[in-house]
Amino acid sequence: MKTLTFVRQFGEVLLAIAIAPLFAGWIAQCRAWLQNRSAPPLVQPYRMLRKLFQKDVALAADASRLFRATPYVLFGTMVLAAAIIPSIATDLPFAQAADAIALIGLFATARVFLSLAAMDIGTAFGSMGARRDMMIGFLAEPALLMVLFNAFLFSGSTALPGVVEASATHGSFIDPSLIFAAIAFLMVLLAENARIPIDNPATHLELTMIHEAMVLEYSARHLALVEWSSDLKLLNYACIGFALFLPWGIATHGADGTAALALAAVALLAKLVVAGGIFALIESLSAKLRIFRAPEYLATAFLLAVLGLLVHLLLGA
Amino acid sequence: MLIAPIDRSLTNHCLTLLLLLVAAWIALGLIGLLRPHSVRFVAHVVFPLGSITCLAFGALAALFLVSGHLAEVMTLPLGLPNLPFHIRLDPLSGFFLLLLGLVAAGISTFAAGYFRSGQGTAPGLLCLQYHVFLASMALVVLADDAYFFMVAWETMALSSYFLVTAQHRIPEIRRAGFLYLLMAHMGALCILLSFGVLQGGRWQFTFDTMRGAPLSPFWASAAFLLALIGFGAKAGLVPLHVWLPEAHPAAPSPVSALMSGLMLKTAIYGILRVAFDLLHVRFWWWGVLTLGVGLFSSLFGAIFAAVQTDMKRLLAYSSIENIGIIFTGIGLAILFAACGLPLFAALALTAALVHSLNHSLFKSLLFLATGSVLHATNQRSLGKLGGLIRRMPWVATLALLGTLAIAGLPPLNGFVSEWLLLQSFLFTPQIPHPFLSMLIPLGAALVALTAALAAYVMVKFYGIIFLGQHREPSLVHAHDADWMERIGLAWLALGCVVIGVMPQFALRAAGTVTADLLGRTVNLTSPFWWIAPVTPKQASYSGLVFLAGIAGVLVLAFGMVRILAHGRIRRTAPWDCGYPWQTSRMQDTAEGFGQPVRHMFGTFFRMQRELPTPTDAEPHYRVQVEDRLWRTLYLPIARGVQRLADWIGLLQGGRLAVYLLYSFLTLIALLVFVL
Repeated sequence: MKTLTFVRQFGEVLLAIAIAPLFAGWIAQCRAWLQNRSAPPLVQPYRMLRKLFQKDVALAADASRLFRATPYVLFGTMVLAAAIIPSIATDLPFAQAADAIALIGLFATARVFLSLAAMDIGTAFGSMGARRDMMIGFLAEPALLMVLFNAFLFSGSTALPGVVEASATHGSFIDPSLIFAAIAFLMVLLAENARIPIDNPATHLELTMIHEAMVLEYSARHLALVEWSSDLKLLNYACIGFALFLPWGIATHGADGTAALALAAVALLAKLVVAGGIFALIESLSAKLRIFRAPEYLATAFLLAVLGLLVHLLLGA
Repeated sequence: MLIAPIDRSLTNHCLTLLLLLVAAWIALGLIGLLRPHSVRFVAHVVFPLGSITCLAFGALAALFLVSGHLAEVMTLPLGLPNLPFHIRLDPLSGFFLLLLGLVAAGISTFAAGYFRSGQGTAPGLLCLQYHVFLASMALVVLADDAYFFMVAWETMALSSYFLVTAQHRIPEIRRAGFLYLLMAHMGALCILLSFGVLQGGRWQFTFDTMRGAPLSPFWASAAFLLALIGFGAKAGLVPLHVWLPEAHPAAPSPVSALMSGLMLKTAIYGILRVAFDLLHVRFWWWGVLTLGVGLFSSLFGAIFAAVQTDMKRLLAYSSIENIGIIFTGIGLAILFAACGLPLFAALALTAALVHSLNHSLFKSLLFLATGSVLHATNQRSLGKLGGLIRRMPWVATLALLGTLAIAGLPPLNGFVSEWLLLQSFLFTPQIPHPFLSMLIPLGAALVALTAALAAYVMVKFYGIIFLGQHREPSLVHAHDADWMERIGLAWLALGCVVIGVMPQFALRAAGTVTADLLGRTVNLTSPFWWIAPVTPKQASYSGLVFLAGIAGVLVLAFGMVRILAHGRIRRTAPWDCGYPWQTSRMQDTAEGFGQPVRHMFGTFFRMQRELPTPTDAEPHYRVQVEDRLWRTLYLPIARGVQRLADWIGLLQGGRLAVYLLYSFLTLIALLVFVL
C-alpha cells in the first residue's frame, strides 16, 4: 500500500511534467483559432524545448552561479509544487509537506530566485522586469490569501487534500461566496502567470515586458528549463483552482483504485481542455493593462475575495 | 537518556550558572580595559572568549527549557539596603535567554574580526560597553522585581547609547545617539509608571506581588497601555519608531546587529511579561489595539524599507516591519486569550515567539553582512554598490540565505513563523464578537501584503548590493570578509536553515512558554521534520521535504540535462538590444527599484522631487522621501517643549534680587499653607 501511494505520487508528478508544455500549446492553439490565425501544432512547445536543449548556452560574461543555478531551482520548486497539489488523487505522501499557504510561499521562492537572477547580469531590462514582477507579487498575495481563507471557511482545512475531501463528502459545492472566490482566483492566476491583462507572454516589446524581460539573458537549456517551469507553474495554478473549486473526479482517500485514477486523469484532462479554452478566450477579449493599472486589477480581485468571505460569514455561518 | 543524570545536577543550578556567565561577560569587558588600545588583544582574545560564553549561555538556557522546570528564583544581596535584587528564571525568560545566547555567539565571533583601530572609541572601551550591554540584556530578562528591572533596563539603554556613538566625532551620529537616548528615556518613564500602577497600592515592587495585585479594569488597562507605549518605544512600534532608522545606521555593524537582533527582543519580552504574566486579566480591546498597531507598523516599515537608499536604514525599517509582525502575533494572542480560546492564543503566541527568534537570526546576519560590505567598500549607499557577489562570494552566499529567510520564503525560518501567524489568523472568524470576527481576518491580508513587500525589499537589498555590475569602479578592489567574520555569519545562517528545516525544535521551545503562560501548547506530537500546529488534517508544513524536494529535483534535472543533452557554455557579452553603449549606470538604482512602491503608497511619504526637463544641459534628478510623522507629530512636540522651556526661562532673569524674591514668596506661601 505504501509503495502504491509512492508509485501514484511519482506518476502524478511525471504526468504534470509531461503535459505542462502541452497545456501551454493548447492555449496557444485556442488563441490562434479565436484570432483567425493558423494555429501552431500542439506539440510546438516540445519542439521548442528540444531545440533549446540542443543549443549551446550563450552566457553573459559576468553571470554568477546564482544565475546559472536559478533555472534548476525554478524547475525544482515547480515540480515539488506539482507533487504537493492533488491533481488526480488526494492520498499523496508529499501532500502533507505543505498546505495551500505554504504553496504560495513556494511560488514566492521561485519568483524571488528568478528576480534575483534577472538582476544578476546588470542590464536595464533585467532589473526592470524583476521590479515589476515583485510588484505584481505583493499585489497578488493578499488576494490569493483571501481566496484560501474562503476555502478554509468551507472545509476547515487549508491543506488541498482536505479541501477536496471536504467537498467530496459535502456533495455539491456551488455557493455564492465560492463563486466570488473563484473569480478572484482566476484573476490572480492570470496575473501570477504573466498573462494578459497584466503581461503578454507573446510580447517582445521591451517596455511592456515583465516575465520576458527577466528571462532575456537566458538561452538554450537554461531558457528551456525556465520556460518549462513557467508552463508547470500555469498547470499548477490551474490544478490548485480545480482542487479548490472544481474537485469533481479527483480520486479521494479510500476510493482510489485503478479505475478511479483513470477516471480522475480523464477528468483532469477534460478540465484542462476547458480551462485552456477559457484562458484563450479571456486573452483574446481583453487588452493588456498599463503597468500602473495592475494595482486596480488586483485590488478588484482582492475585493471579490473579501466579498466572498463576507457573504459566507453573513449568510453562510 | 544517558545525559539525564548530568542534566539533573546541571538543571538544578541553571540560574546560578547563568549568573556566573553574566558575571563572566562583565569580567571580560573589564579585561578589555587592561590594554584598551590593542586591537589584537581585544579582537583575538576577549571577543572569542565572549562568544564561547554566549554559546554556553544559550546552551544552559536550552537545557533549562528542556528540563521542564517551571521556575527558579534567587535573591541577590546587591542593590540598595532593603531592596535586594530578585532574580527568576522561568520558561519565558529561558526562551529569550536562549535567543540571546545563540545569536550573540554569532555576533561576538563576527565582532572579533570586525573591530579595527580607527577614530572613535578605543577598542578596549568598546569591548567593555559591548559586554556590559550583553550582560544588561540578560539581566533585564532575569529580573524579578521592578527596581532591578529598571536598573538593568537603563544600563542596557546607556551602554547601547555609548556603543551607538562609538564614532562620536561625526555630528550626525551624535544627533542620532541623542534621539535614541531621548526615546529610550521616554519609554523607560512609561515602563516605570506601568510598574507603579501594577503594584496595586501595596508599594512592593517584586513581580511576585504584582502577580497577585488586584487591579480594577481601569487600572489594569492603564498599566497595559503604559507598558505598550514604553516597550513599544524600545521595540520601534510606529509612531514611536523614529529613533530606529537613525540609531541603527549610526552604530558599528555588530552593534546594530545586537540592537536590532536582541535589544528589540527585550521589549517583546517586557510586553509579554506584563500582558501574560503580571496582569491577571486581559481585555479583548487590548488585543485589537496591539494587533492594529502591529499591523500598521509592519506595513509602514515594509513600505519605508522599499524606498531607502542606505543599506542600514533599509534594514532598520525592515526591523520595524518585523517587530510589527511580532506585535501582530501578540495582539492576536491577547485577543484569543481574552475571548476564551487558549489554544489559538497559544498558536499566535508561538508565532510571535518563533518570529522573535527568527528575526534575531536573520536580521543580525544581514546587519553583519552590511558591516563586511562597509569594510570592503567604504560605501553605505546602495547607489554606489553592486556586483559584490563576484568579489565577496562568502558574504554574498551567506547573505543570500539571510535574504531569503527574511523575505519569508520556504524552506527557511522566516517562512515558518509567518505561516504560523497566518494559520492563527484562520481562526479569527471564531471570535465571539460579530464585527471582530469579520474585520480581523482582513488582517491576514495585510500580513500577506507585508510579507510580499518584504520579499520585494529584500530582492532590492540583495540585488542592488551583490548582483549586477559594479556601480563604482573602486568596487573592483573589494575583498571578502576574514575568517572570524565568516564563522560568525555562517553560524547565524546555519540557525536560519536549521529552524526553517526543522521548525519542531523552535516550536518546542516556544511550547514550554505557552504552556507556562496560557496552559496550552500547539500540537507538538508530529516528528521533527514537519509541523502541524492544530491537526495534520487542517494544515501541515515540512521544511525538510521542501528542501529535499527542491534539492532532489535540482540534482536530478541537472544530471538529466547533462546526460541527455550536454553542458556546453559559451561566454559572451550580455544582450545589448542593439545598443552597444551599455554602462553600469543603466541598471536600476535603489531609487528606481523603489519607484513602484513610492508611486503606489505615495500618501505615506512626504516627497520632494527635482525632475530634469528635456532641455536641461546638465540633467539633474533628486528625490527625497521623508516620514510624514516626523513633521506632523515630532516637530510640533519639540516646538511645544521648546516654547514651554522658554516660558519657564522667563523666571530666570539672572538678577539676584529677583531670585531672593522667589525664595521669599515661596516661604510666605508655605507658611500660609502650614498655618
